[in-house]
Amino acid sequence: MKFTEEHEWLRVEDDVVVVGITEHASEQLGDVVFVELPEVGTEVAKDDEAVVIESVKAASDILAPLDGEITEVNEALVDEPGKINDDPMGDAWFFKIKASELSQMDDYMDEAAYKDFIG
Amino acid sequence: MSDALRQTPLHALHAELGAKMVPFAGYDMPVQYKLGVMKEHLHCRAAAGLFDVSHMGQVIVRAPGGYDAVARAMEGLVPVSVLGLAEGRQRYAMFTNDQGGILDDLMLANRGDHLFVVVNAACKAADIAHMRDGMPGCAVDEITDRALLALQGPQAEAGLARLVPGVAEMRFMDVVVMESDFGALWVSRSGYTGEDGYEISVAADQAEGFARALLAEDEVEPVGLGARDSLRLEGGLCLYGHDIDEGTTPVEAALSWAIQKVRRRGGERAGGFPGAEVILDQLENGAPRRRVGLRPEGRAPMREGTEIYAEAEGGAPIGTVTSGAFGPTIGGPMSMGYVPSDKAAVGTQLFGEVRGKRQPVTVAALPFTPANFKR
Repeated sequence: MKFTEEHEWLRVEDDVVVVGITEHASEQLGDVVFVELPEVGTEVAKDDEAVVIESVKAASDILAPLDGEITEVNEALVDEPGKINDDPMGDAWFFKIKASELSQMDDYMDEAAYKDFIG
Repeated sequence: MSDALRQTPLHALHAELGAKMVPFAGYDMPVQYKLGVMKEHLHCRAAAGLFDVSHMGQVIVRAPGGYDAVARAMEGLVPVSVLGLAEGRQRYAMFTNDQGGILDDLMLANRGDHLFVVVNAACKAADIAHMRDGMPGCAVDEITDRALLALQGPQAEAGLARLVPGVAEMRFMDVVVMESDFGALWVSRSGYTGEDGYEISVAADQAEGFARALLAEDEVEPVGLGARDSLRLEGGLCLYGHDIDEGTTPVEAALSWAIQKVRRRGGERAGGFPGAEVILDQLENGAPRRRVGLRPEGRAPMREGTEIYAEAEGGAPIGTVTSGAFGPTIGGPMSMGYVPSDKAAVGTQLFGEVRGKRQPVTVAALPFTPANFKR
């Protein structure tokens, strides 16, 4: 699993990369109340805004961590945004992306480096 | 450090309870505890929530002529009937400026020989200066050795009455002084959540013991400023500096109910407060815009600053959201804002621009959740 400085996690699953936010991020956000997911088939470039989430505190954007195509989104989050607080590292993934350049993953932190990053 | 954050008498207790602290109006205040904003909000609506509101200003105003003299002087600063307030009763008021705008909103209580005033934290220094300036012959004393707690929710009565039995008999907006194991408590049956409950002023050195005794009860959980904000917004209550400010009049702000007949045109003590011309004229002829409740479609909150449009496309903004959040009790987003009076009828379909897209929003009755006061 890899981690971005934007507090996303990336997990390679067959030929796609699953993207979610970390436990740390979900704690910082507070209770999530709204999620807007991208459409399946959308071509995204790294750092494009991919997901909008609103918590009880504020709105935040989740950026696409890689260039590629969105192949699947987690529709369950739309009806139950609270899952993002309950299980951010598991059930509450946001989308799956078919990366054009899987080597872009190399830029990101491993778990130990991420733990250092969040202190 | 002169700009160091101030602490309330419950600061150490907040830390012990695992609060997340934020700067608010110059104080280091708990925004949430371990339950989190959503659960704290729901707990307050279902049982009882304990809030530290010690940052708010507690002020006593006295005059040699007793309550009537103080009340007459205060009526020179607010558009409400202070003389008509019975002993042991409290009333909502606002300081106005010469343009009819609101300098702060506050609570006034007739405590027999003096007036007890509770003002917003961010405005308290200005409010005290304003009272000293505008109430000649009165002594204006800020109370700095007492904490202020709020216990709010349908089980607040049961929770507080276990420690202070006399409070069960109080009605909404009653104020009393009660002796207790925690010294003299200044209790009012009021609050700012839309729920039944109490605000309790307690000596600073007794505050932690009192708070611990309340928190030891099954009904009571600590609630932070985060849920206080969503509770008051569901309750349709204004937050100063957001929903009301120097540029909004009480009539525009839909607070006309707070201006008693005796202070209106034709009343025995009509006018005589700053901005009376503007406010009394608006009471008779209406104001150009009005604060309304807004229910966005879908789940996305329309937050403060969201521009409101009459049409789905084109045209200039007709209004602005002044508070917006997700309402845990109503299970959806809610906002308040100002729109032209001819667009203020409940059910009017408008549009709010969120992330560049106009989303439908409907003018809704306030409060969003029914008030649960013990009248």
